[in-house]
Amino acid sequence: MRAGIAAEFADADTLLVAIQKLRERGLKMDAYTPHPMLELEDVLGLGRSRINWMVFPLAIGGAIFAFLLQSWCNAVDYPINIGGRTLYAWVTNIPITFETGILATGLSAIFILFVVLGFPSLTHPLFKVDGFERASVDRFWLTVQGEIDPAELMRLGALRAVPFGVAP
Amino acid sequence: MGEPVFIGNPSDEALSDQLLDPIFGPKSKTWRVVFLISGIGTLMLFGLILFTFYVGIGVWGVNIPVGWAFAITNFVWWIGIGHAGTFISAILLLFEQKWRTSINRFAEAMTLFAVTQAALFPLIHLGRPWFAYWLVPYPATMRVWPNFKSALPWDVAAVSTYFTVSLLFWYIGLLPDLATARDRAPTRIQRVLYGIFALGWRGSARHQRHYRMVYGLFAGIATPLVLSVHSVVSSDFAITILPGWHSTIFPPYFVAGAIFSGFCMVATLMIPIRRVYRLQSVITARHVENVAKLILATGLIVTYSYFCEYYLAWYSGDQYELDNLIHALARGPNAWTFWYTIGANVLLVQTFWSKRVRTNELVIWVITIFINIGMWTERFSIIALSLQQDFLPSSWGAFHPSPVDWGITFGTGFFFVFLFFLFLRFIPFVPLSEVKELKHHLNPREHH
Repeated sequence: MRAGIAAEFADADTLLVAIQKLRERGLKMDAYTPHPMLELEDVLGLGRSRINWMVFPLAIGGAIFAFLLQSWCNAVDYPINIGGRTLYAWVTNIPITFETGILATGLSAIFILFVVLGFPSLTHPLFKVDGFERASVDRFWLTVQGEIDPAELMRLGALRAVPFGVAP
Repeated sequence: MGEPVFIGNPSDEALSDQLLDPIFGPKSKTWRVVFLISGIGTLMLFGLILFTFYVGIGVWGVNIPVGWAFAITNFVWWIGIGHAGTFISAILLLFEQKWRTSINRFAEAMTLFAVTQAALFPLIHLGRPWFAYWLVPYPATMRVWPNFKSALPWDVAAVSTYFTVSLLFWYIGLLPDLATARDRAPTRIQRVLYGIFALGWRGSARHQRHYRMVYGLFAGIATPLVLSVHSVVSSDFAITILPGWHSTIFPPYFVAGAIFSGFCMVATLMIPIRRVYRLQSVITARHVENVAKLILATGLIVTYSYFCEYYLAWYSGDQYELDNLIHALARGPNAWTFWYTIGANVLLVQTFWSKRVRTNELVIWVITIFINIGMWTERFSIIALSLQQDFLPSSWGAFHPSPVDWGITFGTGFFFVFLFFLFLRFIPFVPLSEVKELKHHLNPREHH
């Protein structure tokens, strides 16, 4: 899974053209760029992330939990009579219900993101590749997993193409 | 469109190094001096807080009838300042305002540190802060639960959610830049530390799509959140029956004031920072002018809210509401805070109609400081002046701040600056990857 060829490109356009030429071949590719590039996700054929649908039930669940908790505490378990006001006023539960729903959204979104991305992943075979540290500065990297010759990537304009994640 | 939001066309490497220089370059003398002074001020703050805990809140100027004064004023003021950070990072993101890019990171940091200051006050004003957990529903041996019909538990939920969500939003926004810092770090120890906080970010396109979704989700939830927080804070006042507090206009009025004061603080911080760190090509005159325009726009909403509130006081036909305005606010003890508020937030802000003012950084800086103080006096006049003179003249009183009040108030200013200077030194405060994206957007020819 974590082995293949890593190739460095000097600019984004060469990288995009290279990916377009390779995409017919059914290779598993990923690109590493110093700034977000929407075009990359198109040429790599990555769809829209579905994390939002995983977060949604948890967000609603958090809100429902907060609403029920408040109702149960103040109306069922220990009703407090304050100046003869109604014991169960659901309207006053709304602010905390809303805030807890937001909190549940934020916490579950981060948690799911980290699970999906495998974070924290402080060690990764790519970090051992010479020059990969410039992927966060000004270079564009491509990884290809599958049947490919590094020389072919060089012909597509790569500055270098090296294997990564090779078993010792 | 006016001035550009990004000047020049440096290489990505030069741009990275320019934006990382504040954290990897030598510490400047200014930084050391400010850091030292604010550190001493922070120690003073914590000393005074300990003193308050040890003796009790009698060391403050609070009394009967003015039980809420500086602490709650500071709470509302600081949390209001936080709002502009979220506004810039979330609302302007949803509206795809490209100019927000260079200033959103430090505006978010400002939010975080302002909310930190704000969160101190509900705790220390309790008098018995070690019982603060009573506001949280936990299965107590007494079997009693918090009263959720009160606005105070709402406050706990709103402020703690706001802090948590702001922190997470800020942190996930930081990941790509922490990775750049890791990859450019000059020493091994810095490389390891930034590496740990970067969590292994590689800028992978497969990661980016999930990352962008979550970042967008955060912007989506932070937008209603920021509107809710000050609405909940205003409910602390609005759901009471005190004249001057009991008003349905409070939630939108407080939110407008919060964003107004927040943008003033953004300008107060941004103008010196871009000069000291020579970032005029990234944080351009356009940014300064846009912030000035937003200050004017929100200032007009605030002005409208003031007059709406005064009008409602009269139109309600309630003698106490009207007396609150014409006696308690306009002529009572400490009435100068009310008149200063009008002078700064209603009159002084009108100078921003002039393009000459909006393009003169020094003038903007001075005006925003006056307005920052004006927003503080606004909250003070709402809180303390209304409490001083409520229904029965026999129970009227006056508030006189004690030196501890002043010390804690200025102490939070020092603590804020202290945290902010730590941030400027250790965290890339202009978002590198987003500025690069913006640069490539503006200079597409660079893609050969």
